[in-house]
Parts: sequence; C-alpha cells; structure tokens
Amino acid sequence: MIHTGAQETIPKSRIKRENTLGSEPQVLVFCCEYCARSAAVLAGVRRMQYSPGVRIIPVPCTGKIEMEHILEAFDKGVDGVLVVGCLEGGCHHVDGNLRAGKRVERIRELLDEIGLAGERLRMVCLADSMARDFVRNIEDITQVVRRLGANPLRELVREESAGTL
Amino acid sequence: MIVASPKSITELKSIIGGHKKVLFAGCGTCVTVCLAGGEREIGILSYAVRMARKIDRMPVEISQVTIERQCENEFLKDLAEPASRVEAIVSFGCGAGVQAIAERFPDKPVYAGLNTQFLGVLEEQAVWAEKCLGCGDCMLAQFGGICPVTRCAKRLLNGPCGGSLETRCEVDPDRPCAWQLIYQRLKNIGQLERLENVIPPKDWSTAWYGGARKIVRKEHQV
Repeated sequence: MIHTGAQETIPKSRIKRENTLGSEPQVLVFCCEYCARSAAVLAGVRRMQYSPGVRIIPVPCTGKIEMEHILEAFDKGVDGVLVVGCLEGGCHHVDGNLRAGKRVERIRELLDEIGLAGERLRMVCLADSMARDFVRNIEDITQVVRRLGANPLRELVREESAGTL
Repeated sequence: MIVASPKSITELKSIIGGHKKVLFAGCGTCVTVCLAGGEREIGILSYAVRMARKIDRMPVEISQVTIERQCENEFLKDLAEPASRVEAIVSFGCGAGVQAIAERFPDKPVYAGLNTQFLGVLEEQAVWAEKCLGCGDCMLAQFGGICPVTRCAKRLLNGPCGGSLETRCEVDPDRPCAWQLIYQRLKNIGQLERLENVIPPKDWSTAWYGGARKIVRKEHQV
C-alpha cells in the first residue's frame, strides 16, 4: 500500500492500472449517492462494461458539487466530467439536482470561453434502477471526449511541473 | 446595494495581459451579496483564467484575497502583504473599490474585474433590479416611494407618457410602467391628490452631471 496523505491509501495495483491507461480518456463521474451510486453498483453486479478510464466520485447530492470542484478536475487534466443526479422531482434534498444542472450549464459556457469545449461536461438524471442508462451515458461522454481529443491541460500540467512550460 | 456583474474570461485575460503573478482581490460587501465579486466568485474566475492562460501557453500565478470592504482604507491594509508579492491587482469590487485600491497602491497596476451596474435590490434569488440613480436630490416622497427618475424609461416627472401597454412600459414590455405603479401606490395610501402637484424641471446639478461629488459631515469628522 502507498500512503498519499493522512487518510488516503491507494493500493499499488490501482496505481499500476492508472499508469497503463495510455490513451484511454479519463472521465470523472460525480454520482449522487441516492441514485447514480446505486445504479453504478447495479451495473457492477450485472458485470456491465465501460471504459477503464472512468473514475466515480460519490457525493451526498449533486447540489453539493461546487463549480470549483469541476473546474479543478479539468485544471488537473481530466478529459471529461459527467454529473449524474436524481430524476426531476426525485431529489432527496428537494432541488439539488436542478441547482446542479444550472451550475453545469454555467461551467459549460466557461469551458467554451476558455477553449476547452463545453461538451466535455454533461449532466444526466436517472434513478437507482437505471444501470443500463448509467453505462450508456458514460459511454456517450467517453465517445465525445475521444472525438475531442485529450484535455490539452493534462500535458501542460506535466510541462509545468517539469518547468518546461 | 451596488450591483455588478463579472467581466468575461476573454476580457479578464486581455486585461491581465502579460503579467505572470496577479492578485484577485474580492470584496465582502455589496458584490458578494450580488454574487459577482465575493470569495466564491473569484475562486471560480481564477480557475477559469488560469486554465485559459495555460492553454495559451502563458501560465499565470493567481492568488486570491477577499477583504471586508474595498471602499474603506481601513480594510485595505489586509491587501498590503499579498499585493507586495504580485505584479498587478485585479479588483473584484465596484468601481469605487478599484479606485480605492489604486490610490492605496500607487506603484501597482490595478484593473477592474467587474462591470459596476447600478444601485438596486434583490427581487428574487439571483435577480437584481435597478431602483436608484443616486441623483442627489431624492423626490420619492412625491411619488409614493416609487422613483420615476430611475424606473420610468423617459424619466417623466408629471405623469405617464401615454405609450404604456396595459400596465407595461412601451420601451420594454418586461418592465412595469413606473407611473402605473405610482398611481396604484398613491391610491392605496390615500394620497392621489399628490398627482395634482406640478413638478418643476429637475435640478440635475446635484447628480454626477456636475462632476464627481463629495460629502463632508463635519459633526463626524475627527
């Protein structure tokens, strides 16, 4: 095991796997723990396949995701971000998913302005039983990101840390 | 309160120009309440500008500080230390805040990160409406507390123009006719006779048309 901080511990096997991702698009999926998280678990139980570059981050509610969280992901080189919240009317925190939707729209505008393509960010709403839709949406955004190419910031982050930028 | 809106990322990028170390200075008063230049907003904008500059292969180091009020010299001392480490400051305060920082740091370039818009109120979550022009000679008592100088597109002081559509302004149907509101308000409070007073032409010398204004309250001076 490798220790990266006071609380976080990453198994060596996972690090090895991340190093061998190669050109596979790196997609971050913010999952509401009431719906999308369960859909992800269901997809796993059913042995449904999706891109190995996908990383899932459970959140208490999509309304809890700050705009900085998503921008930071792109700043650090992630190729695409998918936000998955509850169906309209189904949010356990009343309107967290609707608020998240508006924030996502604003960040898409910002990404377009920055020159990163707002298409790299998407939000979908689904229920905990919709494992098939969960996987389909992940595949959709992976395809979009593959078409757009890698996040140019990923290479620049490397250059910056090497002092060559 | 003073209502402002943030400049676009493209404009911010162009304002910062070739500087490599920049301070984004937020203000914790009016522009925080109108969600334009508070701690949270400058956090988002600094991410966006940093990413945009990196893509242009011109990385910029952005530090952030939000002080209580940029328009008061007393609070500006908190900017001194972070300002000493940067090449330029982008103020996310209103126009007064930007100028106060520029005066406090005469040898440092200071730029505006917001477009200061108007004096207004929060009508509903994230919606602000202009209510006051700051004309320096308030006439609200005459009009039941509704300002035709600000809210009538033609600034009429003696009744409506006649072009209003139902109760809406003919210049912008999304806006209510100020004179309709004044009539309704005076009727509700039993002061319709005020409409019989003929208001003379307004003295605009008290507004900014007479140049930048200054107020001195001697009883509070030390």
